[in-house]
Amino acid sequence: MKAIVIGCGRVGSNVALQLAAEGWDVTCLDEKEEALIRLGSGWHGRFVVGHGMDIDVLHEAGIEDADAVVVATDGDNTNIVIGQVVQKKYGIACVVVRVLDPKRADFYAKRGMRTVCPTQTAVSVMTDAVRSCDPSPFAAAVVDS
Amino acid sequence: MYIIVAGGGKVGKSVTRSLLDMGHEVTLVEQERDRFNQLEAEFGHVALIGDATEIGVLERAGIARPPDLVLALTGDDEDNLVISQIAKEGYAAPKVVARVNDPRNQQLFDLLGITQTVCATSGILGLVEHEVPEHGLIRLLELRREGLEVVEVQVESDSPSAGKTISELKLPEGSRLISVMRNGQASIPVGSTVLSEGDQLLAILQPGKEDELRRALIGI
Repeated sequence: MKAIVIGCGRVGSNVALQLAAEGWDVTCLDEKEEALIRLGSGWHGRFVVGHGMDIDVLHEAGIEDADAVVVATDGDNTNIVIGQVVQKKYGIACVVVRVLDPKRADFYAKRGMRTVCPTQTAVSVMTDAVRSCDPSPFAAAVVDS
Repeated sequence: MYIIVAGGGKVGKSVTRSLLDMGHEVTLVEQERDRFNQLEAEFGHVALIGDATEIGVLERAGIARPPDLVLALTGDDEDNLVISQIAKEGYAAPKVVARVNDPRNQQLFDLLGITQTVCATSGILGLVEHEVPEHGLIRLLELRREGLEVVEVQVESDSPSAGKTISELKLPEGSRLISVMRNGQASIPVGSTVLSEGDQLLAILQPGKEDELRRALIGI
C-alpha cells in the first residue's frame, strides 16, 4: 500500500515513520529539503521537495497510484485545498487532512473531508483530564498553607 | 449592494475605495495590524481586523446576511479558495469573485468549483500575446458561465482562408466569426465577406473547438 505524506513537520514526519514501520510504502513531500532530517538516517522511503499545491510535484510524488494521502503542512488553508485536489482530481478515497481551526475543520468535515483537528483533540483531552482529577488533594494543600 | 472584500492589500484597498465611491456598503477584512491601521484611518468602520478564512471573522463581517457579493482578494490563492468556498457553500452568497495570484493555480479554482476568478498575470500575458504579431490563435476572453470564449486569429498569405468567402470556409460547428479587422477598420462579417492576408479575425466558439477553427482559418 502506498501513502504520500504532504508536509513533513513534527506531525507529518512522525506519521510517515509510523506508517513506514507498519509496512507502507511512504513518500514524503515538503517545501524544504531540511525536513528530511526529521525522518532520521534510517529513512528508506522517498522524499520529494516541492509545494503540495503544485500538480507536477504531486505527480513526482506518485499521486496517481497512492492509496492514502496525509496532508499536514503548517497552513490550514493549504491543507484544505490540497486535500480537496487529491480527492477530486485523483479520486483517492483515503485522504486525511490536518486543520488546526476547529470551525474550519468542522465546516469541511461536513462536506465530506476527513479532517483531523489537533486543537479540538487537545481541548477534549485537557478538559477530560481536569474532570478526572480528584480535587481533594488540592483543597487540602490550600488549607495546609 | 452589500459587499465583503477579503484582503486589504493594494488590490483590496483600491477596490474598496471605488466601491465606496459608487455608493456600496462595504466591509473590508484585513488580518495584519499595520495594514489594518492604515485602512481604518482611511475607511473608518468599513475596515475590520481578522483572518477572513476564519468563519467567526466572516460572520462578524456579515457573511450570514448574506452579502450580494464577496470578493476574495488576498495575496494567497489557498486563502481565496477557502474564503470563496465558505461564502458560497456555507452561506449561499449569490456571487463570489476570487483573485488568482499564480495562474498555475487557476486549475485548482476550476476544480473546486470557484468559477468566477480574476488573474492579473494571465490578463497581462494575454495582452502581450495580443501584441505579438506572429501568433496562431489567441484566447482573448473566457465567458465561463456561457461556456464560450472569444479568440483572435490572423490570416496569413499561406492561410487556406485567404481569398475565400466565409460561406466557403468549413468553420467548425459551435464557432462563428464576429469581427474582421482590416487596415484598422473592424466590420461584422457576413457569408459573402472575402478574407484576405493580414485580416485580424475575432471568433466566438465553444472551448475545445480551437484546433478545428485554427485549421480551417490558418491551416495549422
